[in-house]
Amino acid sequence: MSVSVSDENAEQEPAAQQVSAFLERRREQIAQRWADAALFRTVFTVSRDEAVEAGRAVAAALAAVAAAGRPDDIRASGFEAVRDQLGRMAASRARTGADADRIADEVAALREPVTDLLRAEFPDPYAPEAQECVVALTVLMGTLRLVVMETAVSASEELIARQREQLHEVATPVIKLWESTVAVPLIGTLDSARSQVVMESLLNAIVAERARYAILDITGVPTVDSLVAQHLMKTVAAARLMGAECIVSGIRPAIAQTIVHLGIDLGTVLTRGSLADALAYALSRQGVGIGPVAAAEAALTADAGAR
Amino acid sequence: MTGAAGTGPAGGHGFTVPVLQLGDVLLVTLQGELHDGMAEQLQQDVTDRISHTRVTGVVIDISGVEIVDSFLGRVLAEIAAGADLLAARTVLAGMRPAVAITLVELGLTLPGLRTALDVERAMELLGAASRQGEGSP
Amino acid sequence: MMRAARHAAPATLPIGSDADLAWVRQQVRQTAAELGFGLVQQTKLVTAASELARNTLVHGGGGQVRIIPLDSGPSRGLRLSFVDTGPGIRDLEQAMTDGYTSGGGLGLGMSGSKRLVHEFEVDTRPGEGTTVTVTAWATAVPPSRPGS
Repeated sequence: MSVSVSDENAEQEPAAQQVSAFLERRREQIAQRWADAALFRTVFTVSRDEAVEAGRAVAAALAAVAAAGRPDDIRASGFEAVRDQLGRMAASRARTGADADRIADEVAALREPVTDLLRAEFPDPYAPEAQECVVALTVLMGTLRLVVMETAVSASEELIARQREQLHEVATPVIKLWESTVAVPLIGTLDSARSQVVMESLLNAIVAERARYAILDITGVPTVDSLVAQHLMKTVAAARLMGAECIVSGIRPAIAQTIVHLGIDLGTVLTRGSLADALAYALSRQGVGIGPVAAAEAALTADAGAR
Repeated sequence: MTGAAGTGPAGGHGFTVPVLQLGDVLLVTLQGELHDGMAEQLQQDVTDRISHTRVTGVVIDISGVEIVDSFLGRVLAEIAAGADLLAARTVLAGMRPAVAITLVELGLTLPGLRTALDVERAMELLGAASRQGEGSP
Repeated sequence: MMRAARHAAPATLPIGSDADLAWVRQQVRQTAAELGFGLVQQTKLVTAASELARNTLVHGGGGQVRIIPLDSGPSRGLRLSFVDTGPGIRDLEQAMTDGYTSGGGLGLGMSGSKRLVHEFEVDTRPGEGTTVTVTAWATAVPPSRPGS
């Protein structure tokens, strides 16, 4: 096809169309060659067929983008079909330790086999028409590289956010210790986001277990500053609004010192030295005795409870 | 004047807040959207009922309430304070976790108010539940 | 990026009576739920809306609220703008203090709602009125899988 317009952009159009037609026509060969390229080979380790299938999808997407005349547009709708797949591939490479540069190089390496096939389409591989098509293909493959990188970045951001949330949930198990008694052993730093999760899980557990007593064990919390103390007091207050009594246990001597030193007022928060002491207290309040500790607690609470 | 099995009248949509007398306990069940006017009317009704019936306890069941703001919080605290003056103890029962979290964040911890997980526990707390089922299972 | 069009469109509701407050609470909850706010986040935002709408009614002599869903970027949010043409707030710092009240409440309306949202902005002019704008964002990533 010959075009009699001298405008550069207009000339790119037919080249892009030719590239699109070529990608459609040679899709199978391209996919076969890509399946042996580092990117596909390392992602689809189990089955080569899968790699070929993925390659076909990418080639089809590129053909659609070229057909739409938008080889340099990373937002081209043709990419939508393979965005998820590319994201998974990049994420899979990242998991096996490839950094962003390496992934970018591997995507760039997909260009050569396709360029070879494209040149072979022309009687004179270095004729101006062939060169134009090679340029169009190069632009297209460069755009693919950007799409992969962009997809990889947003996929990893999402992954990090999701993992953070899961970590919060995993790190705050609520345990039923006895009838009507639940406990959360807190381990690690208690920041605002985490304390929200703790509060929600504890309150939901109070409903689910019909708990009268909730124990917050902070043995595993490295430091208690005024912010952490505030989070603890909020949790205690919320549990109380739901009719449960909250006990904070596991205040190590060093932390007790800090609390006093910082002048933090834990107010009416009920505290016990260890989780065992807290449980003994909760049990004795429910009329369950467990040995000498409980007996002592029972005596204490009987005194305190005499109104 | 409210009758024996009566309910408190409410403003607006003809909704009423059911106030039931169970032995010597008044059970007030709040549900759904409560207009400010209804809440204030309720406060009046409950106080009237206590003084006429000489109940010794009031249970306010808010398990059906989706939000408690500072206005409703104040009304609840005042109902309890008013009941106290009339020698009746008030228990707030069934607050939902999301409501509790929000109230604490709002800065409203209702320190003077007795609370219970649900109506059954509230009755137990008031010592009005039938004595046979005492203690936990 | 291609994103399905949302049905949550901006809306303006009047605040002139008790019944209006209830309607505002319902609409805010529904919009927040559509935007994917969790139950606790919904409850916080609706509570803040209730406080601020009551301020508009009681102190501002009535007004309106504009409910603006924000879902253009990667995170979704809801912005509420409470507008009145009342007397304005003379001492804003005092009004933002816990326990300060001019209307017989608990004095937690302003300071308390601020703690329930992510962004809080007051624009007040004596004699002209007050606009309080709050924004809350839904958690960036929805819970991984329901039930897990």
